[in-house]
Amino acid sequence: MNIHAIRAIYTFELGRTLRTLFQSLASPVISTSLYFIVFGSAIGSRMHTIGGVSYGAFIVPGLIMLALLTESTANASFGIYLPRFTGTVYELLSAPISAVEALTGYVGAAATKSVVLGLIIACTARLFVPYGIVHPVWAAGFLILTSITFSLFGFILGLWADGFEKLQVVPVMIITPLTFLGGTFYSVSMLPPAWQTVTLFNPIVYLVSGFRWAFYGQADVGVGFSLGMIVLFMALCVAIITWVFKTGWRLRT
Amino acid sequence: MTSSDAIVAITGLDKTYKGGHRALKSVDLEIRRGEIFALLGPNGAGKTTLIGIVCGLVRPTGGTVIADGHDIARDYRAARAKIGLVPQELSTDMFETVWHSVNYSRGLFGKPRDHAHVERVLRDLSLWDKRDSKIGALSGGMKRRVLIAKALSHEPTILFLDEPTAGVDVELRRDMWEMVRKLRQQGVTIILTTHYIEEAEEMADRIGVIDGGEIILIEEKHALMAKLGRTKVTVGLTAPLASIPSSLTDENLALSDDGDTLVLTVAGAEDGARAAAELVKRLTMAGIDFVSVDTTRSTLEDIFVDLVEKKRP
Repeated sequence: MNIHAIRAIYTFELGRTLRTLFQSLASPVISTSLYFIVFGSAIGSRMHTIGGVSYGAFIVPGLIMLALLTESTANASFGIYLPRFTGTVYELLSAPISAVEALTGYVGAAATKSVVLGLIIACTARLFVPYGIVHPVWAAGFLILTSITFSLFGFILGLWADGFEKLQVVPVMIITPLTFLGGTFYSVSMLPPAWQTVTLFNPIVYLVSGFRWAFYGQADVGVGFSLGMIVLFMALCVAIITWVFKTGWRLRT
Repeated sequence: MTSSDAIVAITGLDKTYKGGHRALKSVDLEIRRGEIFALLGPNGAGKTTLIGIVCGLVRPTGGTVIADGHDIARDYRAARAKIGLVPQELSTDMFETVWHSVNYSRGLFGKPRDHAHVERVLRDLSLWDKRDSKIGALSGGMKRRVLIAKALSHEPTILFLDEPTAGVDVELRRDMWEMVRKLRQQGVTIILTTHYIEEAEEMADRIGVIDGGEIILIEEKHALMAKLGRTKVTVGLTAPLASIPSSLTDENLALSDDGDTLVLTVAGAEDGARAAAELVKRLTMAGIDFVSVDTTRSTLEDIFVDLVEKKRP
């Protein structure tokens, strides 16, 4: 096990985050605060409680999930795409490290950043609305698992992308809409029955629902199902990355 | 079988790219421990592919490579830990400082932190004063040094320099040659590819010529110069001659079209200076007056062009 290499990649990637601290942490926090002001305070005050939870508190897990999914994907994809773009990936490819070690460094750093970001957003939300967490261990579990899974997904995206446009397209065109439509701002049960069925094809529904269950003990789908979905998605990402490293796709000629 | 002093042993190395281009055709090559080996070849000859395979960037289609006793495929960790690579392109982390970037490279290659070693490397490359500078702010020559520092950060025993002085000014080039010699003294084996024949002539112990994916020649530099080199003795005549006088007839002597110049070509290892003196004596005896005598030795470049040209249909 090349521990030194894992540590080098991990600290190098986190160092990049620290260099761009404002963009990395401040901007998601600001945008989340704006959601709270608009949806939580302005609109939320006119909304009924959902399952006994005030609307402002109801959207907290969804907003954390929204930030987690977009930031994990963006960070991990950028982390591996940048060396490919600048050509410095030669060093990674010529180093005595295994695929698992490289992945641990890159995905570990991206996931760490997302977890920290999630915690910061949770604290920021507390300034706007009072809320408690019923199952803190589950909440931490969902937070970490989602961060890792979407960092893995971001890593695949960073390997697949052959330009900055492709790098942006997936978070903006796929992740954000699916998260918005995945119950971030509403309970699936509030939709007409036909749309409820359609929504169940959106994998992000299960993540938001599971995370919300950890907060308030109520969910649109069973928590076991949510956990199963995220583990399934993680396994899929790992399988794709294993194939990538085996074949050298986009990395070795 | 590989000889015991081979630090890199390449056997039957083959590479066919997806598009069907066969970049390497069953290449056999042995690099001796502690030598400076120059790999020469025109663009697209297979130099970078060869280096890429040894360093792990390119997957071979066939053949084996043993680096310092380790198979690069089966025992890639041990093999790669021994190898440093300075790529042709100036690929750097623009926003990183020199210090962080070089320390990162050391970690990546599995070595524990050693600030004293990194400091030594940076000082040797005159980069110590620039350690806190962002790499993007450095000149091209300095960036090249950073790449060398990164390649040396993990104390490799084999160093690949792919076109190390491309785009580097004359002064820096001399510095770099000096540095390469110093590394060799420290026991590092150096394999460099270059377009600049002057570079190979200046530094290499042995020279390999690759063309069309095949090694067409491997020779000690001095032996190569002696075997394939030519000395030309050019004599400027006071009065033009219509033809070479019979007393001077020599198959290697030629008269220029205008009759003003006599050119004697001395092949291979023969002593060019002695041949020049001999010619001068014979000219004097024949009563032919001359105004100048010039002796030139062919460069490695002439030899290289000759070799590559000969091979082509």
